[in-house]
Formats: sequence, C-alpha cells, structure tokens
Amino acid sequence: MIINHPLLGPRDAQEFTYLGDVSLLDRPDWQSETAAQDFHDYMYLRDNPAGVHRELWFHEIGDRSWLVVTRNTVTHEITNVELARDVARQRGAEK
Amino acid sequence: MRYSGLRVIKEALTGHKGWKPHWRDPEPKKHYDIVIIGGGGHGLATAYYLAKKYGEKNIAVIEKGWIGGGNVGRNTTIIRSNYLLEGNGPFYELSLKLWEGLEQDFNYNAMVSQRGILNLVHSDAQRDAARRRGNAMILNGSDAELLDQDGVRALYPFLNFDNQRFPIKGGLLHRRGGTVRHDAVAWGYARGADSRGVDIIQNCEVTGFKIEDGKCLGIETSRGFIGATKVGCAVAGSSGRLMAKANMRLPIESHVLQAFVSEGLKPVMPGVITYGAGHFYCSQSDKGGLVFGGDLDGYNSYAQRGSLPVVEDVIESGISLIPALGRVRMLRGWGGVMDMSMDGSPFIDKTHIEGLYFNGGWCYGGFKATPASGLCFAHLLSTDTPHEVAKAYRLDRFMSGHMIDEKGQGAQPNLH
Ligand SMILES: Cc1cc2nc3c(=O)[nH]c(=O)nc-3n(C[C@H](O)[C@H](O)[C@H](O)COP(=O)(O)OP(=O)(O)OC[C@H]3O[C@@H](n4cnc5c(N)ncnc54)[C@H](O)[C@@H]3O)c2cc1C
Repeated sequence: MIINHPLLGPRDAQEFTYLGDVSLLDRPDWQSETAAQDFHDYMYLRDNPAGVHRELWFHEIGDRSWLVVTRNTVTHEITNVELARDVARQRGAEK
Repeated sequence: MRYSGLRVIKEALTGHKGWKPHWRDPEPKKHYDIVIIGGGGHGLATAYYLAKKYGEKNIAVIEKGWIGGGNVGRNTTIIRSNYLLEGNGPFYELSLKLWEGLEQDFNYNAMVSQRGILNLVHSDAQRDAARRRGNAMILNGSDAELLDQDGVRALYPFLNFDNQRFPIKGGLLHRRGGTVRHDAVAWGYARGADSRGVDIIQNCEVTGFKIEDGKCLGIETSRGFIGATKVGCAVAGSSGRLMAKANMRLPIESHVLQAFVSEGLKPVMPGVITYGAGHFYCSQSDKGGLVFGGDLDGYNSYAQRGSLPVVEDVIESGISLIPALGRVRMLRGWGGVMDMSMDGSPFIDKTHIEGLYFNGGWCYGGFKATPASGLCFAHLLSTDTPHEVAKAYRLDRFMSGHMIDEKGQGAQPNLH
C-alpha cells in the first residue's frame, strides 16, 4: 500500500506503524459520572467495519507525524490522508 | 455408514460405488431450538456436541458460503496446549485431549499427528521464559521439555545454529502438539452432526437478527426468516460485522493473516518449529510441502489476501533460520481474516440480548481450540451455564479487569 502523506507525498506503508480506529483520538472526559464505562468503551470496543475505516498511522521511519488515513478494509483502497493534528483540532473545535 | 479399513478395501474392490455424500443439503425449517451461525470448525463442532453430548434435537448450522471455506480451511493446522495463564491452560489442555480421541469419536480420519512442537530460544531471557511456560504447562497437565542446543541439533540438524545475532540456544519441546488435516475436521464434525439430525444449511447468509424486548427471536437470512429459541454466533473473522447487526460493538478488530506452502519435498521436517527471533514457523505436510507463516499484516482488513511486505518478512525470517529454504520454491500463499481480540484471548459467552450467544475472538490460534470451543459453546447453549474450563472467556472481562493477556501487550490487537 502507498500512503499519500499530506506533507511528504506518496510513501510506502512499510514506513508506518498502525495504531487503529480514529476514535482513539476522542479521549473521554475523566471527570464525567460515567468515566469508567466511557474509558472501557474507548479503550476496548471497536466498530470494526467492513468497508470505509478511518484509522491512525504513525510515520515511524519518516517524519514521525500521526496521520488519519481513510481506507477501505475490503479493497485496501485509500481515499483520504490527513494530519491527525488537523483532525484532532477540528474535533476539538466542534465540541 | 461407518468408515473403517475394511470398508476402504471393500470399496476398492467394488469400484468405489458405495460411498455416499457426507451430509444432506436440507431446506431451512421455519423454526429451530438452536441455530448456529457459521459453518467453520467452531460452528460445526458446537452442533456436533449439542446433538451428541447434550442430546439437543432441533438444530441448524447456517453458513453463508460452503462449510470449511473460512479459516478452518485456511490455517496452518497446528494444535498445541502450551499456554501460560490460568484462564487458558485448562481449556487448551481439554482441547488437546479431545483431539487425541477425536477420530475415534467422530469416525473420520482427521490425520491428527502429534509430531511435536519446538519453540526455539535464542537468549538467556528467552530460556527463562520458556522454563516458566514449560512449568505452567506441566501444572496444567500438559507436557514440556526444555532442550539444550544439542537436543535441538539432534532433531533439526539443518537449522542456522550459529547465526551471529540470534544463535539457537535451545528450545521448549511440546511433544503432544502437532498438526491435523484441517478440512477433514470440518467435514468430520459436519458428517457427525448431520447424521444426528443437524440441518447444515449452506449458501445462506445471515443478514440480521429479529430482536424484540431484549430477546432474540430468530435470524434474517438470504433465504428468508428462520425462527430460533437460541442463536449462537461463531463466525470468526466476521464477528464484528455480524454482531453489529445486533447493535453490539465488540472488543475485536479483524486482521488478515497469511500462510504459504512450498513445492513438495522428501521428508525433512519431522515436527513443527517456531523461530524465537523472527516471525516464522514451519511444518511439513504429509504431501511434502513446507507449510509456513508469520505475523499479521497489521492493519484492519476483511480482504482474504495479504500484502507483499509480509511475504518478504516471513521468507527473510525463514531463510535466516533455515538457510536451505533459499533453494525451495514457494508454491502458493493465501490469507484469512482473524478476529483479533483486545487481549489475544477468545470469548464464549452470553450477550446482553436474551437468546443470543457469542463465540469468537480466536485470533490466529483458534484451530487448535476447535474441539473444546465446540464442546464449551454447546455446554453454554444447552445449559445456560459456562463450561468449567471456559469460565474466563467473558465479554465483560475488560470492564471487570480480568483480561487474559498471554503476551502482556495490552489493548493492541495487531500485537497479540
Ligand atoms: C493463515 C492462517 C493460519 C492459521 N494457523 C493456525 C494454526 O496453526 N493453529 C491454530 O490453532 N489456528 C490457526 N489459525 C486460526 C484458525 O484458523 C481460526 O481461529 C479458526 O479456524 C476460526 O474458527 P472457525 O473454524 O469456526 O472459522 P471459519 O472457518 O472462518 O468459520 C466461520 C464461518 O462463518 C461464516 N460466516 C461469516 N459470516 C456469516 C454470515 N453473516 N452468515 C452465515 N455465515 C457466516 C463464514 O463463511 C465461515 O465459514 C490460522 C488462521 C489463518 C488465517
């Protein structure tokens, strides 16, 4: 697979390590009444879709940036790559 | 029809005209007492033990393709009882004991071959870990022997003992481990279940559940609605996809794992070996091909095929362990979709929906579990209580803090 890095252009996926679902960006509120359950769901439960999946990749042997890659888990086709920083900022702004 | 040596001779002399299909091809009924979704090893074994051991009568196995076309027909066929943790040890030991009597039990030649598994060690720390694991295995009633370098040399003289970076220092030998003819496991259980009245329904995809007031009343399928008092799901790599139809999110990610076979060779590899310093393990099939594999591709995938970097990684590791492998031609490779759980251990449990039961999270080690998984899932479905050796396989164990993490990797499925 080739990941089209927003800053560096097309890079071989072997340069990256994989973390998982982009929902791992959404750390729950530790002060919430339901924090124990929220952290359980955040840490352990996954949608695990067959189809479009947004996921976190780390450019380990590159510029060490975190990316959000939109990829199809059935065809492995990558349709979008963003800097995780930008995605996280935007999610923060929407809260 | 019972199979025996005599029968083979008789059929050989009479032109093989007496062999019958192993199972029927029935139309689905309107309602069953118990419906199992997934005609893989686990689903078929569950139906078999439900009928044979628990005396259940009205059972169906629903399979979207053909039985045995999933991971039960794609794995590298290794069976073993070499687990470390309490939640796992007795379960896998029961499974190995069931393998030992399986062929007599279901009257089918599954070619169970206890040729031994050797986990190689390359450092003092690995030897300590192997000793600890071996002791745990012995405590659970399994067998383990720690070999020194000479002991390994006697069994596998052709390994690269003097690798500069990862010399072979010894290994943990589990003599009762080995390999089984994987397809025959699916066929044997299917035949055994069918002959006890279980309907095996192929080409029938489950597309949804009928759930009312927290109770599961049946399943929607590509061949219409099928009512059921109890529904057991055993769809391995498709677990996330299927359970989403009951609005459940699981502690599971689906990942692809590859395996490879070489051209046929004369017997060179007496048992199974695993490399302790790279992602590689290998055995030789009875047809002569070297069967080997390595690590997951590493990212969520429902594609039943892998990518080239892993092919390269596995073969590099293989050649660093067995230099002679460089002269062997690879025949084919394939992939299967694994239900990787958050702690690397499986689930055999009720769900929060009444009448809906779940079996999954088998990762890349579910083939060896097939007999015990079937038995324990049948126990749960029939008696509504967990089997003694499968008590730890609960869906809520991450909430209660009772993870069973053999590798100590945490909630990172691609590392288990
Ligand atoms: C390359 C590879 C190597 C492996 N090596 C080993 C090994 O050496 N030792 C070991 O112990 N384990 C190994 N495994 C793991 C093992 O194969 C699996 O854990 C085990 O087979 C899973 O259980 P199963 O047999 O029931 O799965 P499967 O055979 O996959 O059965 C699941 C069935 O469910 C069906 N299904 C899915 N969705 C639906 C639906 N909606 N409706 C109806 N039916 C559906 C599928 O078609 C499939 O037939 C390996 C796996 C792979 C891929």
